[in-house]
Amino acid sequence: MPKLASALKPDSSEFKANSAHMQDLIDDLRLRVEKIAIGGSERARERHLSRGKLLPRERVERLLDPGTPFLEIGQFAAYNVYEDDVPAAGVIAGIGRVSGRECMIVCNDATVKGGSYYPLTVKKHLRAQEIADQNHLPCIYLVDSGGANLPRQDEVFPDRDHFGRIFYNQANLSSKGIAQIAVVMGSCTAGGAYVPAMADESIIVADQGTIFLGGPPLVKAATGEVVSAEDLGGGLLHAKTSGVVDHLASNDAHALQIARNTVAGLEPVDYAYGPDEVRAPAYDEEELNGIIPVDTRKPFDVREIIARIVDGSEFDEFKKLYGDTLVCGFARIHGYRVGIIANNGVLFSESALKGAHFVQLCTQRNIPLVFLQNITGFMVGSKYEAGGIAKDGAKLVTAVACAQVPKFTVVIGGSYGAGNYGMCGRAYSPRLMFMWPNARVSVMGGEQAASVLATVTRDGKERRGEDWSLEDEEAFKQPIREKYEEEGHPYYASARLWDDGIIAPTDTRRVLGLGLAMAANAPARETRNGIFRM
Amino acid sequence: MSKIKKILIANRGEIACRVINTARRLGIGTVAVFSDADRKALHVRMADEAVHIGPSPAAESYLVVDKIIQACKDTGADAVHPGYGFLSENPDFARALKKANITFIGPAPESMEAMGLKDAAKKLMSEAGVPVTPGYHGDNQEPAHLQKQADKIGYPVLIKAVAGGGGKGMRKVEAAGDFLDALASCQREAISSFGNDQVLIEKYITNPRHIEVQVFGDRHGNVVHMFERDCSLQRRHQKVIEEAPAPGMTDAVRDAMTLAAVNAAKAVDYVGAGTVEFIVDGSGALKKDGFWFMEMNTRLQVEHPVTEMITGLDLVELQIRVAEGGKLPEQTDITMSGHAIEARLYAEDPANDFLPSVGSLDILTLPGIHRVDTGVEQGGQVSIYYDPMIAKLIVHSGDRISAIRDLAQLCQSTQVYPVRTNTRFLFNCLNNAGFQSGDVSTNFIAENWDALNSDGSVDANLSYMAWILRPDPDGSVFGSNDGWRLNQSPRLEQFRMLDGEEIRLSLDDFGTQNRYVTAVKRPEGRVVFIDGLYFLTTNAAGAVGGAAGGNAITAPMPGKIISVNCAAGDKVKAGDKLIVMEAMKMEMSLEAPRDGEVGSVHFVVDDLVADGDILLELKDT
Repeated sequence: MPKLASALKPDSSEFKANSAHMQDLIDDLRLRVEKIAIGGSERARERHLSRGKLLPRERVERLLDPGTPFLEIGQFAAYNVYEDDVPAAGVIAGIGRVSGRECMIVCNDATVKGGSYYPLTVKKHLRAQEIADQNHLPCIYLVDSGGANLPRQDEVFPDRDHFGRIFYNQANLSSKGIAQIAVVMGSCTAGGAYVPAMADESIIVADQGTIFLGGPPLVKAATGEVVSAEDLGGGLLHAKTSGVVDHLASNDAHALQIARNTVAGLEPVDYAYGPDEVRAPAYDEEELNGIIPVDTRKPFDVREIIARIVDGSEFDEFKKLYGDTLVCGFARIHGYRVGIIANNGVLFSESALKGAHFVQLCTQRNIPLVFLQNITGFMVGSKYEAGGIAKDGAKLVTAVACAQVPKFTVVIGGSYGAGNYGMCGRAYSPRLMFMWPNARVSVMGGEQAASVLATVTRDGKERRGEDWSLEDEEAFKQPIREKYEEEGHPYYASARLWDDGIIAPTDTRRVLGLGLAMAANAPARETRNGIFRM
Repeated sequence: MSKIKKILIANRGEIACRVINTARRLGIGTVAVFSDADRKALHVRMADEAVHIGPSPAAESYLVVDKIIQACKDTGADAVHPGYGFLSENPDFARALKKANITFIGPAPESMEAMGLKDAAKKLMSEAGVPVTPGYHGDNQEPAHLQKQADKIGYPVLIKAVAGGGGKGMRKVEAAGDFLDALASCQREAISSFGNDQVLIEKYITNPRHIEVQVFGDRHGNVVHMFERDCSLQRRHQKVIEEAPAPGMTDAVRDAMTLAAVNAAKAVDYVGAGTVEFIVDGSGALKKDGFWFMEMNTRLQVEHPVTEMITGLDLVELQIRVAEGGKLPEQTDITMSGHAIEARLYAEDPANDFLPSVGSLDILTLPGIHRVDTGVEQGGQVSIYYDPMIAKLIVHSGDRISAIRDLAQLCQSTQVYPVRTNTRFLFNCLNNAGFQSGDVSTNFIAENWDALNSDGSVDANLSYMAWILRPDPDGSVFGSNDGWRLNQSPRLEQFRMLDGEEIRLSLDDFGTQNRYVTAVKRPEGRVVFIDGLYFLTTNAAGAVGGAAGGNAITAPMPGKIISVNCAAGDKVKAGDKLIVMEAMKMEMSLEAPRDGEVGSVHFVVDDLVADGDILLELKDT
């Protein structure tokens, strides 16, 4: 494959300014993650530890194969969403290797509001199960939760994608042969009791884990029976008498070891595809920080980014001379074949047609797709509407929507309007979707939204014969800009799980490699396209 | 003499394969012989023809002259290459071949006889002006007389079987009090190995080096040398690492030694490949008068490849040419360049006092670079019947130190499982500063025993770590081992339950060391190789633990009981030799682990026992 040339000038003042700007964003990102990773309050953590329990992140660590990577999802879930501080939405989730096998790990954090389920906790848990479903990952639930968050029961209990969906998913995942393993390391109350009960195989820590539909206070209120938590639903009871669990562990470390043994005994995976020899990019990955201009209106060549993500910086570009605002081509990432679709300007009809063609090539050849989003939208104007840009855009959207090969999306810049759809936004079910810290996502840019709204307002005022000073218009536009800036920000987006996380540019290659390795767990699926409007 | 058309190789293993290779290159037909144990051996498949010659014990197959001659007749082989060991230095065999009109690729039986009995050889050498060490080479073999001679020579002395060789039938005695025991053991081994219990006694030189000269004679009266080899690195008188040229060798000393060697060969009208071994005073710089004749081996040596590497000659080819009546090259045409070094890869267990380790070679990955001479393959066996050498690793390089480094790397990357090997030991020898500086005597291994047997702090925890850290074993980025975490610091430590205990594993500790780690998946778990050592690990519980102790004395390997020195009810003291067994042609004494009373003895003399059999049990105290 041909190696990409680079015109980047790492000595230039522009590159240095871009780099410094990106580094500031990354530093801020890491600082916030550091705080999120601490979990609950110091008091809650001390109480947790004093009971001989491992902190939730330590539980995850000890479950993983030592030295192997862990691809956490939803780090920012519930970040600044509720009046309460709910780090990571009170549940740690991610993909990691356990006994040599890629697994989805979901671990309640009992130091955060007792591990109770906020609306976004539910959403994150369901997202984890969705990833497990799409990629055939065994699920390991490290349970330590008081169940649904009672004050917010209307937002967590009744709807389709609420609490009950967790158990619906467990049943259906199990029915597809996707192992469901529960490790009860603390409370497992009410609905939560169904996590181990619905699991294929469950483990409980003696004198620590409890499972019951109603806890001692509820039992006392309902029937007057006075019973201790341990007698009502402790490890010994469930391992010996009720049969709700299958293994009794003496402590957290022991329970995690049993879980590892269980995974080791699963049927080996027949990977859908494997990596070839892995080669680092020919260019320094650190230079990724200096490519995106501080001024987002300035263009840059997305090939500079591709060159620092793909193996050997080798890229076999498709239709290079046609529809050149969309760059398409074949490459390898961590040894895995991929088809890359990357924005290099606004989308025209040609770009959309080329993209649709390329998606078809990849589905035909079973090549996973990687979308590098930086899109202001499709071109507007009478010439383009008359040229049928809507139906050409629809072709791209159809191809992307129907593509059954693993899709991965990284938002490296803007993600606006229908461009988001054509470039495999969240609604198009990429297996994983991540944002760079400089990225923005909204229906249109803040400035455009402010202008559109101002134009509509001015037209109305003028119809009514009212005056609107430029100062007043500016005062009208500013809050709109601010709202878009806030709501389009990655922290805001990631907090609501519109994506799976925020990543530094230099982690892009790694994260995509992990995603590709993860997706290889599921068998290849055939693509059937909808009608392309011709 | 006429051209040889078909050679029968009266040997097995790597040397049989090595001879076949040269014969094939010369367009000569090859015949292999094999015992029951070698039915599937590499040399059998490599040869054009193969003849079964009997049961596995060498005494019933490879050592039976009549069977070899019959095999020659059956296949029409017109020459026999004896390799080394077995019948290679047996004059009766050479005579029998001559009688059958088959060419023996080797010296005349008279030359063998002259050199074969070591005392006579020394007398002969002394007369030919070759320097010899003080010693007793007489026929009076009365133990008391021998003791008196030893006392006269002064301790330490060496008792050697007159017919011995290859480290067998040799005992070093430090003090007068130990002499008679050592003599009895030496004689026992000599009679079982060579059928002759006559011994000689020699002065033991305290800081000796072993340097030998490769000589070659033809039927036209020419004798040439091919420079020296240094084989000082020995364990129990068995060569471990050999090299050429010898470290510290000067032109003057080389001239003196090679001249002495050529004179020695001429004194016995030597024809073919031979080696004159000298014991050399290694207490300072090499001196022209600081070497003494030890013995002459009238055959191709195991370590001949190092000479081939520095001279560019094929010694087997020369042997064949000489046997055909051809002429040797002129001495002035024989030159040397660079430095060659060879390590003998043995199936033996360093952790268990280097006992031979027998069994199947489920994994055998030998380096594909440099020169590797071997007679086994993956899936083959190391049997109890023959020498447990797996391969010879040979490196030729511009200078000594780079040759040593390359060879160390070969040892690190060698993978053998589940048979244990000496790779780590070899690696430690090659990495030893003393060895690298050329400061090596035959006492080197004994003096550096602990350091050379160090496993480099490789233990079960580390091995567990190692399989985790195996570099992207399946190529997947999920198998990478830098502890990557999204937007957080990498996780560089880990805790695991191992045998019910929690252990801490640190990637930091491991990562700072330059180790060669690979892993192979097997049905029973992962086999991790760290610098040539292997560990079996399982997914679930980490490394599989070692053996148990207790009251039982178990057979450390398969073999034969040769003496039982106690009976049930006997009171024994720690260190008493309770049972002597023989395996892999080595004798070993099994000692009482503590004071106590013998409870039961499960075997009698001549019983064959399997690895791990409980031979004897002490009563509980």
